[in-house]
Amino acid sequence: MIAIAAPRVDWYSIAPVVILVATGLIIVLFKAIARNRVRTYEPALVVGMMGLAAGAFFLMKQWSMVVDGGPSDAVAHMIALDGFSVFVGVVVVVSAILMLLLSTDYLAEHRIESRPEYVALVLFSAAGMLMMAGANDLIVVFVALEVLSIPLYVLAAYDRTRARSLEAGIKYFVLGAFSSAILLYGVALTYGATGTTSLAGIQNFLSTNVLVHEGTLIAGMVLLLVGLAFKIGAVPFHMWTPDVYEGAPSPVTAFMASATKVAGFAVLIRILYTALPQYSTDWRQLLFALAALTLLGGSIGALLQTDLKRLLAYSSIAHAGYILIGVQAGTVKGVQSALVYLFIYAFMTIGAFAIVVALGGRDDLHSIADLRTYGRRRPVIAALLAFFLLAQAGIPPTAGFIAKLGVFGAAAQAHSYALLIVGVVTSVIAAFFYLKVILTMYAAEDDGGATDDTCEPATEGVVARPSLGLPVATVLVVCVAMTIWIGVLPTIIIDFARDASLII
Amino acid sequence: MAHGARDGWAERGPSGPRRRRESGNVVIAVQHLSENWYLAFAAILFSVGAVGLLVRRNVLVMFMCVELMLNAVNVTFVAFSRALNDISGQAIVFFVLVVAAAEVAVGLAIIVAIFRRRRSGATADDIDLLRG
Repeated sequence: MIAIAAPRVDWYSIAPVVILVATGLIIVLFKAIARNRVRTYEPALVVGMMGLAAGAFFLMKQWSMVVDGGPSDAVAHMIALDGFSVFVGVVVVVSAILMLLLSTDYLAEHRIESRPEYVALVLFSAAGMLMMAGANDLIVVFVALEVLSIPLYVLAAYDRTRARSLEAGIKYFVLGAFSSAILLYGVALTYGATGTTSLAGIQNFLSTNVLVHEGTLIAGMVLLLVGLAFKIGAVPFHMWTPDVYEGAPSPVTAFMASATKVAGFAVLIRILYTALPQYSTDWRQLLFALAALTLLGGSIGALLQTDLKRLLAYSSIAHAGYILIGVQAGTVKGVQSALVYLFIYAFMTIGAFAIVVALGGRDDLHSIADLRTYGRRRPVIAALLAFFLLAQAGIPPTAGFIAKLGVFGAAAQAHSYALLIVGVVTSVIAAFFYLKVILTMYAAEDDGGATDDTCEPATEGVVARPSLGLPVATVLVVCVAMTIWIGVLPTIIIDFARDASLII
Repeated sequence: MAHGARDGWAERGPSGPRRRRESGNVVIAVQHLSENWYLAFAAILFSVGAVGLLVRRNVLVMFMCVELMLNAVNVTFVAFSRALNDISGQAIVFFVLVVAAAEVAVGLAIIVAIFRRRRSGATADDIDLLRG
């Protein structure tokens, strides 16, 4: 009889993940017991919201714990609890809450079956993202990546009656599985080179040993980077992004664009900064190329788009490039600016996709030319869309400016001047295509009467929506408020991110 | 090959001690095959899977290619695990197997949903509404 010593589990450190998974399981069980006797979606939504609120509460508790007692780890050093994980966790939980608020009206309006499993899938995915934020071991990174991805494959294909949604699901699935396999091969090679999968263990090994043959480790690092670049949609590996973002239901797209990207960047930063700091000259070169390509590819791709949702998809690729500038800096200031950018980006993106939800329309298709009359017909929506596009372009009073300023500052401090120039040039290109949309909405008033008639058939068959639903309006108000608040008073969030990135 | 080996056993069968020694030799012979061979095999398997995923048009075959890639990684883990004399590499394989099973379940469900909607077929060329 072999006695196996189980690791001591510090439940407090993993409370948010446990709560989200438990809530998801309760919802699935509730559905199984209730069958179709009662309405199940609304109770599931309420329970899911409560679960997310409880998760947020425990994240706040963890934050005060980290501030008082410093960083710690749990479950045999597999899960880290530090300011970084809490910061990312907060963004993920807030994104999930906003996403669920967007969903209710969207599902009803598009006559998509609203099942409690939808809420459960969001919770499972968010739990995977929280795991990812705290992953302190490469194998936890892999498991967390799958826990967050597998529910998202289902959510992308959730609208089973629409070919586009199914197509988004299968594309996301095939490329997601491909990137996971590449990442896993990177984990295997890193394990082979260093003899451990623990991030601290790898760093420890590399600081006390000099590898005679670096090839295995370098190959492992490159494969890890490629696998994560797929997840964050960086440019040579971005080809799935526009298709999946366009085909998936809009609230799911908002969630994928914000929370998934935040979790992907979190794990990228943690692996590079805690496990491989000795190789920073190598990975900084790789990230330099990745960032430059992503900035150029995202901006130029966005110029060519005629559909609003695809334009937002390409703009999210370009944003990944700006965040990579911060990561590439390789300094504490770089991590801080990347975290600030991620926080602001989450609200700007969810706000922009909330506008897509509010626009309604069959298949979520909104060619930019169709927006021509919106400045007059739906002034509030048009003004809000203009606001979010200006924020994404980085116009000063909004938070987008603070975000860009942060990463450019970090690049200048790290002497990455070439990347800084690429960033500024692509900002100008980006401003051009954002302004193009805004001008389309407001400028072409003259032929408004004619287009009104030609426009109507396209939106026929959709429930007319004279006013915004309360949940969508709430999301919009929150996103606008955060974007302006951080733009005017950025110190709070910058200090929060500084505390989070110093403890890493 | 296997048949020949069995014949060999039968030949040496009668003498017990000798047979044990022979079997010991056989095991040692296998151990002399260095880990590099397994790693090279896994790398080839992984490449076959990756190339297959990119060039094949049938979605089911693409799934199999993903499985091929994951199992190539499993071979890598086990080979490294033996080379490093560290058990955790073999433990990781179980995580990978579980994840691969969950992934396939979801992927097949999506394929079935596509099949139900359009009975024509499930090649990648049919899935072309969204063009990146």
